[in-house]
Amino acid sequence: MMISEKPSTTTDGHLAGHDARPSVGRKFTRAVIQAPLSAQIALLVVMFYLFVIVFAPLLAPYGEAAVVGDAYAPWGGEFWLGTDSLGRDILSRMIYAARNTVGITFIATVLAFVIGSSLGMVAAVTGGWVDQTLSRLVDILMAIPLLIFALLLLMIFGGSVISLVLIIASLESTRVFRLTRAVAMDVAVMEYVEAARLRGENMLWIVRREILPNILAPLTAEFGLRFCFIFLLVSSLSFLGLGLQPPTASWGAMVRENVMLITFGSITPLLPAAAIAILTIAVNLIVDWFLNKTSGFSK
Amino acid sequence: MMQRINDAQVHPILEIRDLVIESQGRPKGKRLVDNISLSLRPGEVLGLIGESGAGKSTIGLAAMGYARDGMKITGGQVLFDGVDLLSLPDRQRRPYRGARVAYVAQSAAAAFNPAHKLIDQYVEAAVVHGVLSDAQAREEAVALYEELGLPNPETFGNRYPHQVSGGQLQRAMVATAMACRPEVLIFDEPTTALDVTTQIEVLAAIRKTIRDHHTAALYITHDLAVVAQVADRIMVLRQGEMVEEGDTRRLLEQPEQTYTRDLLSVRNLHKKESAPDDTVLSIRGVCAEYHRGTQVLKDVSVDVEKGRTVAVVGESGSGKSTLARVVTGLLPPTEGSISLHGETLSPRLRERDRKTLQRLQMIYQLPDTALNPRQKIRDIIGRPLQFYHGMQGAALEKRLRQLVDMTELGTDFLDRWPAQLSGGQKQRVGIARALAAEPDLIICDEVTSALDQLVGEQILNLLLSLQRDLGMSYLFITHDLGTVDAIADHVVVMRKGQVVEQGAKSTVFAPPYESYTRLLLDSVPEMDPAWLDHVLADATPQG
Repeated sequence: MMISEKPSTTTDGHLAGHDARPSVGRKFTRAVIQAPLSAQIALLVVMFYLFVIVFAPLLAPYGEAAVVGDAYAPWGGEFWLGTDSLGRDILSRMIYAARNTVGITFIATVLAFVIGSSLGMVAAVTGGWVDQTLSRLVDILMAIPLLIFALLLLMIFGGSVISLVLIIASLESTRVFRLTRAVAMDVAVMEYVEAARLRGENMLWIVRREILPNILAPLTAEFGLRFCFIFLLVSSLSFLGLGLQPPTASWGAMVRENVMLITFGSITPLLPAAAIAILTIAVNLIVDWFLNKTSGFSK
Repeated sequence: MMQRINDAQVHPILEIRDLVIESQGRPKGKRLVDNISLSLRPGEVLGLIGESGAGKSTIGLAAMGYARDGMKITGGQVLFDGVDLLSLPDRQRRPYRGARVAYVAQSAAAAFNPAHKLIDQYVEAAVVHGVLSDAQAREEAVALYEELGLPNPETFGNRYPHQVSGGQLQRAMVATAMACRPEVLIFDEPTTALDVTTQIEVLAAIRKTIRDHHTAALYITHDLAVVAQVADRIMVLRQGEMVEEGDTRRLLEQPEQTYTRDLLSVRNLHKKESAPDDTVLSIRGVCAEYHRGTQVLKDVSVDVEKGRTVAVVGESGSGKSTLARVVTGLLPPTEGSISLHGETLSPRLRERDRKTLQRLQMIYQLPDTALNPRQKIRDIIGRPLQFYHGMQGAALEKRLRQLVDMTELGTDFLDRWPAQLSGGQKQRVGIARALAAEPDLIICDEVTSALDQLVGEQILNLLLSLQRDLGMSYLFITHDLGTVDAIADHVVVMRKGQVVEQGAKSTVFAPPYESYTRLLLDSVPEMDPAWLDHVLADATPQG
């Protein structure tokens, strides 16, 4: 042996012998400290929302649907943010609505990803008629405007929480399918996937161990974005009266219920709208930060 | 002929003094080019040679006053005709680039815009720099195309990049770089991506053109034999530092540094043939096609015996990699059969059982894509052990250690990620993964062609020692005849999907030659500055 091989440090900057890897928790803490200010604020905002969601019954002064006073009581005094047309406390309803709206959005997003990404990876790995059938089906579903399609399906199946979650998840899963299939195809042509195939591995192994770890970064980013879209969709449907049914509180429905207060110069109906907007922006900022980090453009 | 300019009085056209280039990303401040000085007189050709990471391309770009993203020129001067390009603002540097110093990249296919005709891309540089009018440039293009030996020079430029062959495209690129009649040309591995027979044409065209136009050139390559044909002087680089510089003939005949001697001796590995034994793999009359009607393999029959290496040689498009796909079952043959130890294999991968799959393993060309970046080395090598042999716990750990030992890696590699390994180390992991299955036969698909020559030779040595110790059989696919000499017992020469000739290495590589085999053999550059002249002289009477 004439020349000993030196580990390459040119392309990726990783040095061989970098064995002591910090724990996940510590890595995360360090990443947060180094994150841009916008992402740090966004993380604080999201943590505040999570806090409210978890401790909603303790934080809310009154029950979710309890009629506790006169209709349209003003801000201050006994009811910090006043009451609505039925005399329910707006602050309490805002807090419970966080639970309902964010909770349903989260479940629907997770479900959309489970359906979309697994089918997407199967299509990418299998190819042939399986891929063709799934892809064309998704094309057809995507050709129909989402909101209108969702409204139609909700009319047919009724506005129960379960049907709401299932309808939104299956419609949004088409978008996830598209992305997953595209990124998984790039990975599926790699020689290590061919090596696994030649070894005789089944599809589940190939998808779970060879493909999924390599497409996790774009999928995580997509999860954040998709969460925002579904969140807005759930709110829109509630605003239109086809989402969560009363007396369950949801931000979209609260905007509609209190919209006439605007004419009296009260900004109360804007509060749930602001709650929606702030969470959407915060999640977007976190996604941006994550995308920058994984694509290597951060300093 | 070699030394056209002996006049030391001539002022150098390009002079680089104490050039330092550092990396900007991680690891910051690493010296990629360390104190390099060189000078180039008009009409002189300087060869820059070294393995990947030697900094040769970085120096080539720095000669135009340019540094890639993530690198910064932190010291030294680049004097072009007495003007320091590095001290000029970007705007004043631009008139030099393309007009007085031009660049020929390794991949012409990536350098040309596929949406424009070749001649339009030729004309662009000359017109933008205001050197020629559009009509003049078009006229000169035809003359240059003719000089470079391109077919139908009058109409050649009307084609799009995808309509010409790789060798023609590379020559068109040389023509385009010559458009403004630059004083200095920088060639960055211009023939590396080409087949050996094409390489000769391009090499001869490049040499003729720069001589006729008295152009100075920096010729960057990793192949000493190639650079010996064009360069007056050679500079050997290693990890950003100069190892040695000298006149071409002197450097080849009396290298002063050990590293240069290692580079020179790299092709001296030679395997003695071993006697045939039991047949392991038998390919009989195999035909295959990708799309209906386009046949890529025609009646191919090859046998591989135990403990022997069968090398399948051929240029790109010869069907040698397709043969590997057919053997592994990825592409079912339309005719013919494949058997392993006399047992006929199912043509389709899906229909083969685990035992069959275990007996046939593969090592890939590109170590970067052959290992999953999200699995540790332990998991990559361990999986076949669990999958085929059900190993677990202490037995698995013991076998893992044995395997990394056999591939000369060391146990601390087990807990690393592929990104932390060099190309040669990754290839060793690929070999360990194949060995883990305990196969009867390993298919090696161009396993050394993505590696530096010295590293590639170490990999070949490893494969040879494994063959001696374990009696392993290899089906070795390669385009490089030097590799064939190093490792093969039996040679199969393929062309356009057919076997042109096959036999023991000593018969195939000895007179009387089959004509295509002879062409291939003659096309391999030798470490002799006069080699290209001889080949061209031999070829003229026939052509």
